[in-house]
Amino acid sequence: MAQRTTEIVTGLFIIAGLAALMFLALQVSGLSPKSDADTYTLYANFNDVGGITPRGKVAMAGVTVGSVKSVTLDRDTFQARVELTIDANVDNIPADSSAVIRTSGLLGEQYIDISIGGDMDSLNAGDTFYSTQSAMNLERLITNFASGK
Amino acid sequence: MDRIASLGRVGLDVVATVGRAGRFLAGVLTGVSRPSVGFPLLVRQLYSVGVLSLAIVVVSGLFIGMVLGLQGYTILSDYGSEAAIGQMIALTLVRELGPVVTALLFAGRAGSALTAEIGLMKATEQLSSMEMMGVDPLRRVIAPRLWAGFIAMPILAAIFSVVGIWGGMLVGVEWLGVFEGSFWGNMQSSVSFTQDVLNGVIKTVVFGFVFSWIAVFQGYDCVPTSAGISSATTKTVVYSSLAVLGLDFVLTAVMFGDF
Amino acid sequence: MDSGAYITLRDVVFSRSGRRIFDGVSLDIPRGKITAIMGPSGTGKTTLLRLIGGQLRPDSGSIVVAGESVPQLKRKALYTLREKMGMLFQSGALFTDLSVFENVAFPLRVHTALPEDMIRDIVLMKLEAVGLRGARRLMPAELSGGMTRRVALARSIALDPELIMYDEPFAGQDPIAMGVLVKLIRDLNLSMGLTSVLVSHDVPESLSICHYACIVADGQIIGEGTPEELRQHPSERVQQFLNGHPDGPVPFHYPADDAGVDWGLGGGSA
Ligand SMILES: Nc1ncnc2c1ncn2[C@@H]1O[C@H](COP(=O)(O)OP(=O)(O)OP(=O)(O)O)[C@@H](O)[C@H]1O
Ligand SMILES: [Mg+2]
Repeated sequence: MAQRTTEIVTGLFIIAGLAALMFLALQVSGLSPKSDADTYTLYANFNDVGGITPRGKVAMAGVTVGSVKSVTLDRDTFQARVELTIDANVDNIPADSSAVIRTSGLLGEQYIDISIGGDMDSLNAGDTFYSTQSAMNLERLITNFASGK
Repeated sequence: MDRIASLGRVGLDVVATVGRAGRFLAGVLTGVSRPSVGFPLLVRQLYSVGVLSLAIVVVSGLFIGMVLGLQGYTILSDYGSEAAIGQMIALTLVRELGPVVTALLFAGRAGSALTAEIGLMKATEQLSSMEMMGVDPLRRVIAPRLWAGFIAMPILAAIFSVVGIWGGMLVGVEWLGVFEGSFWGNMQSSVSFTQDVLNGVIKTVVFGFVFSWIAVFQGYDCVPTSAGISSATTKTVVYSSLAVLGLDFVLTAVMFGDF
Repeated sequence: MDSGAYITLRDVVFSRSGRRIFDGVSLDIPRGKITAIMGPSGTGKTTLLRLIGGQLRPDSGSIVVAGESVPQLKRKALYTLREKMGMLFQSGALFTDLSVFENVAFPLRVHTALPEDMIRDIVLMKLEAVGLRGARRLMPAELSGGMTRRVALARSIALDPELIMYDEPFAGQDPIAMGVLVKLIRDLNLSMGLTSVLVSHDVPESLSICHYACIVADGQIIGEGTPEELRQHPSERVQQFLNGHPDGPVPFHYPADDAGVDWGLGGGSA
């Protein structure tokens, strides 16, 4: 009888541990059980990506809709080419939308915000954003302001 | 001259102890297992090592998470980025505090108990009498305890992190009014499953193994007297804490250092 | 030697912490008989039993039990051999986290696949034999010293071993319990033909039940033979031990410096 209780409690303990691990995986790290099939890829070219790194957030109207997959340098244009992974259920981003690098808070993390355009067509997997706006560089802004430009 | 000699003696002692510990481990893993009733024994040890450590782990996790929430809020709100406390709490807990603090608590709570129990069994000849009954104490007494510590550690650390994150949310979101969506959103976009969660789990697995090994070895190797047992218990706590902190540095350097 | 020996020791030398405890001991323990090993406290009787059980290894010499050379056995073979042995430890060595019943049931549970009701019957029978059937629910901490010893005895005979070694079974027993134990040891030997090794200081009790006895002192066997032979033994040391005279060739004291030195008295200046 006592042995039985011990067994049940120990079983619950192990289940609690697995549940905690699941929680860490799903809720904390945002790992979704849906695979690549549930996302699609878009590209955006920036003159300056600032602090954008892989795994960075991609948002629309403040709602996270995807993440940065990779940041590479385009050898021909000397621009940064950013690969974005977007949730498949957000499949109607107007084709003339632009990708803007913004900062959350004054010194917070930088993320890519998609400002919505008005086109009837939408971006398809593999497309590149037509217009982008690079990171706002505080330092450069101040220099420009001081030199009266 | 005497100093050098005694230094040499200490060195030889350390090497001999490590050798004994290695042979002991080999014995535990390969010992005579013919009367195999391993599973119920393992369950019993998991209960006394793991389940009974749950309370201290949960309470500590909750408070540490709440403190992180408060501290993080005070620091981050100066820069207007208090929404980042979610990721701050989650990253500190999952990468560092979860594995390390759980291991330290576990060493104090369960490790000392393991050592004392085994040492006392040795002192009262229970291990000897088991040997004479044809039952290998390494298999019957030591192995279940070793495995129990090894299995319980990652479970406890995962629970610790989750409770800590929940405590941080309690303070940050419920009390200080950080927007819940950005709390979780920030956390999810900056915590990576492979980089952070899995590496944390690997740490706890390593800690659990080293810690259990030290605890059962100190018990088995102790001088079978009351003074011997008490010094073995102390050694378990000191050695496993040092081992955990040292290994944590090494593992962190390997996992998160960029070189 | 004759094939009747169950245990054979030849020229066993053993030292511990630099002190030589056995210095060339040779001994035959006959099969199916009760052999008593007697000797002053601290001469290594318990050590001898541990050597036979393979818990200690001799520095040199051979120890053969049931045809197998114990010091050379691999772990696994040693554990198999030990299943044929029962040993009553001087301290009892009961498992403190198990009840009396479970202690006695322990060897049965690990070495046999008997059904629960049979285990129960055997355990109660063994406990009955030592007069402790009523104590089966107690924990070892609730037992007296003598009761602990008797439970340990019940446990060591639970598997009906071929060889049983009793390390001072009579210590701490009242006259009635002692009588019961003497009878029990004799009955076990008679009914099942157990080879029994009995370590004891109780000269009259031991000599009354054993078929063969030997006396260990100073790392050697100083006398051996049947009880009758021992009583007639010519050696002064044997006679001193059997009759318990404090003065004689066998020292009562553990080897020590001259007493005068320890008490801080300069030689002769007292
Ligand atoms: N673990 C040990 N380390 C070092 N020496 C030991 C150890 N155990 C026993 N000895 C020594 O071995 C000798 C024999 O001990 P043993 O226990 O065999 O004596 P014994 O004949 O059983 O005595 P008693 O009748 O009092 O039980 C003693 O002199 C003791 O000092
Ligand atoms: Mg003894």
